[in-house]
Order: sequence, then structure tokens, then C-alpha cells
Amino acid sequence: MLTKLFPNLDVQDFWLATYETFYMTLLALVGTFIIGILLGLLLYLTSKGGIWQNKFLNIIVAAIVNIFRAIPFIILILLLFPFTDFLIGTIRGPNAALPALIIGAAPFYGRLVEIALKEVDKGVVEAAKAMGAKTKTIIFRVLLPESMPALISGITVTAISLIGYTAMAGVIGAGGLGDYAYFYGFQRRDFDVVFVCTVFIVVIVFIFQFIGDYISSKLDKR
Amino acid sequence: MISIEGLSKIFTSNKSQITAVDDLTLDIKEGDIFGVIGYSGAGKSTFVRLLNRLEEPTGGRIIIDDQEITALNSSQLRLARQEIGMIFQHFNLLWSRTVKDNIAFPLEIAGVPKTEREKRVQDLIDLVGLTERENAYPSQLSGGQKQRVGIARALANNPKVLLCDEATSALDPETTNSILDLLVDINQKLGLTIILITHEMHVIRKICKQVAVMENGKIVEQGEVLDVFLRPKQQVTKKFVEQVMGTNDENEGINHLINTYDHGKIVRLHFIGETTNQALISKVAKEFTIDINILQGKITQTQAGAYGTLFVQLDGEAGEVDKVIDFITHTSVEVEVIRDAN
Repeated sequence: MLTKLFPNLDVQDFWLATYETFYMTLLALVGTFIIGILLGLLLYLTSKGGIWQNKFLNIIVAAIVNIFRAIPFIILILLLFPFTDFLIGTIRGPNAALPALIIGAAPFYGRLVEIALKEVDKGVVEAAKAMGAKTKTIIFRVLLPESMPALISGITVTAISLIGYTAMAGVIGAGGLGDYAYFYGFQRRDFDVVFVCTVFIVVIVFIFQFIGDYISSKLDKR
Repeated sequence: MISIEGLSKIFTSNKSQITAVDDLTLDIKEGDIFGVIGYSGAGKSTFVRLLNRLEEPTGGRIIIDDQEITALNSSQLRLARQEIGMIFQHFNLLWSRTVKDNIAFPLEIAGVPKTEREKRVQDLIDLVGLTERENAYPSQLSGGQKQRVGIARALANNPKVLLCDEATSALDPETTNSILDLLVDINQKLGLTIILITHEMHVIRKICKQVAVMENGKIVEQGEVLDVFLRPKQQVTKKFVEQVMGTNDENEGINHLINTYDHGKIVRLHFIGETTNQALISKVAKEFTIDINILQGKITQTQAGAYGTLFVQLDGEAGEVDKVIDFITHTSVEVEVIRDAN
């Protein structure tokens, strides 16, 4: 039926492209989650009144975050070509898209993490200190668990941006649904392909949003 | 047990300096329930937070149980803090953990093994009266129950000292009383020293043995709760006593009342702590052939016994009334004749 409705769609290529989009999004998401939490923690802990209060470090981290958030993603990919080539050994394919995806999304998520951590009740952190907790304990047993619903909704928002980024990365040859829609759909004037790819991207976004909302509400015991 | 010498804390903001705690010296005995009362801004909350160095003191020494808190480095301080429990006005529980896991948290910090932890948590849950609520989340509990979790958590590592920072200020009067009863119970069962910060004289009256009144970072008055109630020296202390006993204006209203009773003697009985004379009125009524008419008064219970005044009319034969007054004079109750109509 798919071939009848969309005569120009190569089903095998299409499934491969869908797989690549998932692959890029999920791997980039894992990287973004880890680096974003590190950045967010650094921003939070070095801020005024924080456990590691350090004006200098705070300014440096904030500057890095702001710079990478300011660069448009499509330009970021181009700028990162040498770095990607060095790290992955190629600048084409889904793997080559990962460094740019992570570097593009992690600073954004880092800011969301910082906001989530600021929402944690200061009194609870103080109570942990009064019990004699180490900084490590405060981070892993208080700050992160207490902000987990916000961290999850943050990563959901980031995941949706990331899906958009993968489509953009596709245009310069990263693979995935964006790549497929552009080269096999748009450039050949086969708009049925563009249509199917768009629908699938929207479906993927909905899936991520649904999963994110579900987990976040399950974790929220407030 | 706790000895504080010359403790001070100065907050420095951009241009101004605020002295929150000003050269404070204090000794607290083991097993005491020590109350610190003051209005907001008096520095009492800063004071209690200095004791476990949640605020770093600007100067002075704190010694708790032969350990100089102010001389410890940060890892020694962490260990010392495990032996100082603290409860807070807003409970400060982790909402992501159940009652059980909240209470287990300080034990995790202290590195207590899991099986031992579970047993200890169960004991604590029973102690604070939260049996069968152990798997609830804090959001499912009432204010009083949350503070019970807070208390259980503070007691988990068998501390020697319990710091209470406005622990009942967010609770309604009835819940406040039940939490105060729990604190007294713990104080007696575990022999724990409790330091309690409050702005409610009611709390001091109900559970404290010693009280210090703070104003502008200094202790302006200190002593046995009953002494402070009986003879408040400072204006601020008088105001706090009025919180519980009513103002002098109310007592002045007695003059109106006195004029409406035109016979017998009207006397003021002053109860000053001590429990042996609580049945004074009935004793007098049984032993002497007079009528006693209670006109007005207020008696309140402190940890050291009843305190308050009572205006009574003694009506009967003059000689008998004098005998009664003589009798009361020989008890611990002070008596003062206000009007003699005979």
C-alpha cells in the first residue's frame, strides 16, 4: 500500500533512514544528558552561595555555554568538520553527526539542568549538610533525585530539538530522515517522499514527548 | 555539655555590616531543654545555625561534649554533625523519598549497613508514632506528621544534642502541643539535650527548663523558666510573658470586679511553681468554715509546676478569714490582701 500511495518511496531506504534518525537521536541524547548534567552542576555549584562558589570558573563555564548556544546549528556542524574528522575519521554518516549534535545540544540542556537544580529546596540541601553529608552525597542523593522530574522534562525538550538537529545534519550528509527527505525527496522533486519523512519525524517527536511526560510524572511525588 | 564563649557572627554585605550574634556566652547542661526566645531578627536562628556551623562563626568558641566544634576541619565537622540532630521550621524532607527512606538518609550518610539501617528506621518510626505510614511520601503527610519524620531523621544517629530551629512555628496549636509532648518524651527517654529556638512563649512555658531571651544578637535575660516568668526584668521579656499570662491591663480590670463584691476579703493568690499546693483551694474549703469565691485568674503549667495568679473572695467570720490567710502564708503560695471589707 505504501508503494501505491507514495510511488517514489524506496521502503528499504526509508526504514534505514528512520533507523538512522533514531540512532543519532538516542546516542546524542545520552551524550547530551551526561555532558549537560555536568555543565548544569558546574554552573549551579560554582554560582554565588553554591557549595563550590567560584566566580572565575562560573564565568568561564557560563561563557562556553552561551557561545555554543549562540552559534546556529548548521554553522556549528561546518565549524566542527575538522574536529569530527579527527574524532570519528569521517565527516559523513550518522556517527559523524554525533559530536556536533552533542556539542550543539549539551549547553542548552546544561542551562535547563541549572534551572532544575535551582528549584531544589535550599532547606533540604542544608538539612543534608546538617547531617554531615559529603558534597558527593549531596549531589547524587539530594540534588539529582530531587530535581529528577525537571531533569527529565528538560531532556525531553532537548530530545525534540535534537530530532530537528538530526534533520539539519542530514542535509550535509549525516543520513537519517532529513537526509532522505532532502536528497531523495526535495532534490528529485519527489514530494511524496518529503511528506512521508515529515510525518515520521512528527511521529518520532510525539513518541519522545509522550515517554518523557510519562516518566516525569511517574517520578514526581510532590 | 555545651559551652559557648564569646560567640559572634557578623554578616558583611556590600557596604554595611550586620551583627547577628554579638559576643554571646552561654552554658547548657546535659539533658536540659534549653529555650531561646526572641522576635524575628533577634539573631536566634543564626545562633542555632552557628552551633553546627551551618553558619561559620566570626569569632568565639563552641564546645559540645568536650569537642571544640569551632576548631574542627571540614571532615571532622562532618562527623561531629552526625552527632548533632537538627529539625527545621519547614521540615526540609526529601520529597522524592518515602518516610522510611527519609529517616534512613542520615544512616546512609553515616555508613550504617542496610540490615541494621532497616531495623533502626523501624524503631524510630515507632518512637515518633508514624507506624504504618512508613511507605508514604512527605506530600501525603500532614504538617505534624512531617515534623515527626523530621524528628525521627534527626534522632537516627543517636545524637547527643537536638537543635530545633522554630520547629513548631509552621504548625497549628494542637499539632504544636503534640510535637512538644514528643520532644519532652524524647528528652526523658533518651536523655538528649535539646536546644529550641522559638518566638512563642507558649512553647517555652510548656517544655523548657531554662530560657534565654535574645534581642539584637545578645542574651538580655536568662534563667529558670519559672524565675523568668515570675520576675521578668527586661521589657522584651515582659512582653513575652504577657503572651501567655495576659497583660496587666486585664488584671487592672479586677478593680471593677472588686467593687461589686461588697463583703469579705478579696485576696490575690500567687502560684509560683511547685506542685504540692495545687489543691490549696479545696484544702482551705475543707478545713475552715468560710466560703471561697473565685473571681478571676489565670494559672498556667510550666515544667516546674503551676504558675499564675488567682483573685478570690474569702467570706466568713473575720477571725476565720485571718486564719485562712495565715494558713496560706505558710505554703509556697504568696497571698496579698487587696481589699478588706470587714
